Formats: sequence, C-alpha cells, structure tokens
Amino acid sequence: MQRNYLKVSQVGIEFPTDGEPFRALQNVNLSIAKGEFISLIGHSGCGKSTVLNIIAGLYQASEGGIILEGREVDEPGPDRAVVFQNHALLPWLSVYQNVELAVKCVFKHSKTKAEIREWVEHNLSLVHMDHALHKRPGEISGGMKQRVGIARCLAMQPKVLLMDEPFGALDALTRAHLQDSLMDIQNELGNTVVMITHDVDEAVLLSDRIVMMTNGPAASIGEILDIDLPRPRDRLALAEDVQYNAYRQQVLRFLYEKQKNSAKKSASIAPAELLPSSSKKSVAA
Amino acid sequence: MSTATFTSKIERLQSLITVANLLSTLSKTFKSAALPVTGIVVFLLLWQATATNIVTSLGQFPGPVDVWTQSKGLIQEHQAEREKADKFYARQEARNAKKLAKNADAVIKTRPYTGKATYFDQIFTSLYTVAFGFFIATLVAIPLGIACGLSERVYRAINPIIQTFKPVSPLAWLPLVTMVVSALYVSEDPFFEKAFLTSAFTVALCCLWPTVINTIVGVASIDRDLIDVSRVLRLSWPVYIKTIVIPSAIPLIFTGLRLSLATGWMVLIAAEMLAQNPGLGKFIWDEFQNGSSSSLGRIMVAVITIGIIGFILDRLMLALQKRVSWDKQAIFR
Ligand SMILES: Nc1ncnc2c1ncn2[C@@H]1O[C@H](COP(=O)(O)OP(=O)(O)O)[C@@H](O)[C@H]1O
Ligand SMILES: [Mg+2]
Repeated sequence: MQRNYLKVSQVGIEFPTDGEPFRALQNVNLSIAKGEFISLIGHSGCGKSTVLNIIAGLYQASEGGIILEGREVDEPGPDRAVVFQNHALLPWLSVYQNVELAVKCVFKHSKTKAEIREWVEHNLSLVHMDHALHKRPGEISGGMKQRVGIARCLAMQPKVLLMDEPFGALDALTRAHLQDSLMDIQNELGNTVVMITHDVDEAVLLSDRIVMMTNGPAASIGEILDIDLPRPRDRLALAEDVQYNAYRQQVLRFLYEKQKNSAKKSASIAPAELLPSSSKKSVAA
Repeated sequence: MSTATFTSKIERLQSLITVANLLSTLSKTFKSAALPVTGIVVFLLLWQATATNIVTSLGQFPGPVDVWTQSKGLIQEHQAEREKADKFYARQEARNAKKLAKNADAVIKTRPYTGKATYFDQIFTSLYTVAFGFFIATLVAIPLGIACGLSERVYRAINPIIQTFKPVSPLAWLPLVTMVVSALYVSEDPFFEKAFLTSAFTVALCCLWPTVINTIVGVASIDRDLIDVSRVLRLSWPVYIKTIVIPSAIPLIFTGLRLSLATGWMVLIAAEMLAQNPGLGKFIWDEFQNGSSSSLGRIMVAVITIGIIGFILDRLMLALQKRVSWDKQAIFR
C-alpha cells in the first residue's frame, strides 16, 4: 500500500512558557494511506491533541511539517475537517444551519441553492439526524450533538477527517452506536480518518492501524500496530475473536507496561493540560 | 333527574370553576404584588413623616401629597397650553381660508405656535436627546469594542485611551462640546438646534464606555473551539463577525448597552441643568431659580419622573435583548 497521502514528517513542537520552553513533541513521523483509519492512543497529556492540531494547521509545528497529497500544508482549511471533543457547534444556529454554514463555505461556487440544501440533508441523514433539522444544539443530547459535528465534517468532503476523542464525553451505549455509525460511513465513503482515543476497544474495533504514543515531554511515536481484521466488523462477534483480543492485549501492554512508569508521572500531571504555563515547567523538569 | 336539570347543574358547576380559577389568578397576582406594594407604602409613609420635619427657605419639603398636587397642576398647565395652541392654529387657518376665498392666489403664511414649553414638552425633548446621543455612542462603541476584542494589538493601542476618558465627568466635557458645536456647526437653516447637539454629544461621550468595555470582554471570551471552527472553515471576516463574534458577544453587548443608556440618562439631566439646554434638567433648574412655594414640589415631580423614565428605558432595553437573544432560556434581569 502506498502510504504517502498524508505525511507527518519530523514534527516537533515547543510551547513557550514563563521559563524554559516546553517541548511537547519530538520527531513524530507518520505516513498514512488514502482511505486509512488511524487511531492515536496514548496517556493523557502525552501530546495526541497537539499532533492532531498540527495536522489540522491550528498549531504551527516548530520543526518538520505536514504533507497532504504531496503539498505542504501549514494553515487550517476545510480539506482537513476537525470533529471536536465537545462538538463545537454554534449554539445559536439550528442543526441544519450548522451544517449549512460549513457546506456554504466549501461549495458556495460549485453547488446551487437546491443542491446545497440536498447535500446538507443528505449528510445529516447519514448520521441519522434528519429528524431534528431545526433543533438548536441546546435542545438535543450530547450524542446527537456529536453526530451533527460529524455530519458537518463529512459534508465538507475533506481529504482527511480529524477527530479528537469524538466519543469521549458520551456514555457507553451512545458511544457504541456512534462507533457503528462511523464504521458504516467510513466503509461506504472511504474517508481517511485520524482519530484520537483513549479507549482501547474503540481503537481496535475501528482502526486499520493504531499509533501508540510515548509519554511526554518530547513525546513521539512508540509503536504502530496493524489491525488485520476483516471488514465489516461486528463488535459482538469480535468480542470472542482470538486475534481481536491479541491486538487488545498488545495495546494494553504498551500502555500499562512499557509506558507505565511515566504513565504514573503523567497521571499526576495530567491536569497540567488544563492549566496555564506555570504548571508546565514542572512537567519539563 | 331530567336532562334539563342535569345540564343546568353542569352549567352551574362550570361557572363555579371559572370563579375559582379567577380567584386563584387574583390571589396569585395579589401575592406577587404584595411585597412591592408594601415597600412603596412604607416608603411613602416614611417620606411624608420626614418631609413634615424639614423646613426650607422655600417652605416645607414636599411630601407625597404635595407631589401629587403639583403633578396634577403640571398636567393642567400642559392641557391649557395645548388648548391655546389649538386655538391659535384654528384662528390662523380661518384667517388663511378667508384670504384664499377672496383671492385664490394669495400668499398665505403658516406660523408655528411658539408658546412656553410645558413639562411634557421638556420630557419629550430629554427623551429624544438621550435617544440620539445613545444612538451615536452605540454606532461608535460596538464596532470599536469588536475591533479591540478581536485584536490584542488594537486593544493594547486603544486601552489607555479608554481608561483615561472613561472616568471623565460629563460636566468636564460640556464646555468643550459647547464650544466645538458652536464653532463647527454653522448653518443658515440648522436642522438640529445647537443646544440639542451639545446635550446629545455630551451624552454620547459619557455613555460610550460601558458598551465599549463590555463588548471587548464579550468578544474576547468567544469559545476557543468556535474560533477553531472558523479557522478550519476559513470564514471571511464579515461572515466570522456575523455568525460567531456577534452572537457570542450579544449578552455582554446588551449589558453594556443597558449601563450606557442609564449613564446617558443621568448625564443628560446634569448637562441640561448646567448648559440651560431644554429638557427636564432645565425644568429643574428653572424651578430652582424661580423659588416659588410650589418649586420644590415640582422639582420632586421631576425627580420621580426621571426615575420612572430611567426604569422604563431599562425595561425597554431588556425587552429588546430578549427579542434579539438566541438563548430564549437565559434568565434576564
Ligand atoms: N497551547 C498550549 N500551550 C502550552 N502547552 C500546551 C498547549 N497545548 C498543549 N500543551 C501541553 O502539551 C502537552 C500535550 O498536550 P495534549 O496534546 O493536549 O495532550 P493529549 O494527549 O492529552 O491530547 C501537555 O503537557 C500540555 O500541557
Ligand atoms: Mg487531548
């Protein structure tokens, strides 16, 4: 397989702090094929979101860069759509209008009004949200909001779909539903996806490859695991599957044995990602 | 039991239910009105008791009863003045009609009635002056606030100026504004009176700041995720401001607008008093200079009017805020 659709090349980043700059990532290299589903997994605070934000162009890498279809990209754009952990829908717009805003941005010259309307509705029906077109985000559940967030990104027909713990804030049942929806959609449309998760089952179930990150500071990619399970995948059947469980074991071993020591450290500093710079110095030290 | 008696019984029952409903609504209204009414009654009693003990050189300090009498007097004066005006116009029309009857090409003159401004005229003048001043201030303040909120650099450049001018009293601005208006606004047939412009600009200068500052805070606290969404979508500036910036800042913009309007209304009265510009402030000043036995009562009427109008203005802004706010669940006070 030609893995040169999306390339993360020698990426490193430093965040300025009050004292020494904090080096979050170093030498991150990753090549992704078109249509591949990649999961990024690692302990909290290791730098997963930072990698995703660099790919999205929302952060500027200090070293290295991102190459998409042979061209360097260094600013955000609709070709790399982001599904945010907390949906990031505009609360004053209806479900329909939220998706429409994105569609209008991308297709304002290439689609007529009627086509835009149809396309918005089509994408909302892909995520089974066509029954609540005119509700505001405040009037629907968390799972529904996340569905709309996904529809907004799908509707942009991005080259890469970036998802930052898209189901992290949802209860287990809702999460399972959404994972199934996402698998169906990806099977059908063949999107290239990079998804952050800290849920091992989710990673194994959805991914073609799991990218496991070492702990920060100066985090990098530890191991990459190919998931060779036939698609379409069925969560119930896989629960008994030997191969599936072997993959699970491998990821767990990486997280809780190989990255264990620093895992403890990172667990105690995990809140650092919520705090401003002063607390980050102790992380670097 | 015949059907007839049964129906009539049902009807009686229904009317009983209606009465019961009415009673419960009444008692609810009564309950919700009880506290404010008690407050007002206690206040009036205290006021009356204190007023009888204060004697000034213009007579006793007006109590609620005096104020009531004086307000009736002001209404009567207003009506009398209006009648005079009506008569004047009737006479003028009759005269002109006669002229035209004699000679169809006659040049007829219509003069406006120039009587004394009544209390209600003064109220009206104050209202549209404050409206105009507030309007100008809003036109400047919201765009300025948005610019400062969006750009750290613009904010740092402009903040010292805002902080310096914010605490300046309207009385300090007034002489400058008066001179500038006289110097710059020279027109043969002025559309606005100079006094009106002076008051309005003074109001505008003073009620600019609450809106500017609240807009800045509102714009600067937009959800980071929404900013990221706009970057991914590469929204153009106008679309970004319209779909993301203004909706997220609107609650704080309105907080600012309400503070501004309240400030403007206070400033206006002071400006009118000091500059002898027409309006409620001038009414108070004139009564004070007049020094008749009814003056203090009339001034008290003005004080209460000013308060009530201020209150109504705030409620109007609140109603407007509810209308334009996207979050209908939000609690407004
Ligand atoms: N904008 C920022 N400024 C400073 N430090 C940051 C910033 N974003 C992330 N970091 C730091 O980089 C590290 C990785 O963060 P992040 O990528 O959010 O981790 P996670 O793997 O949990 O998504 C954390 O230690 C965090 O404190
Ligand atoms: Mg994260």
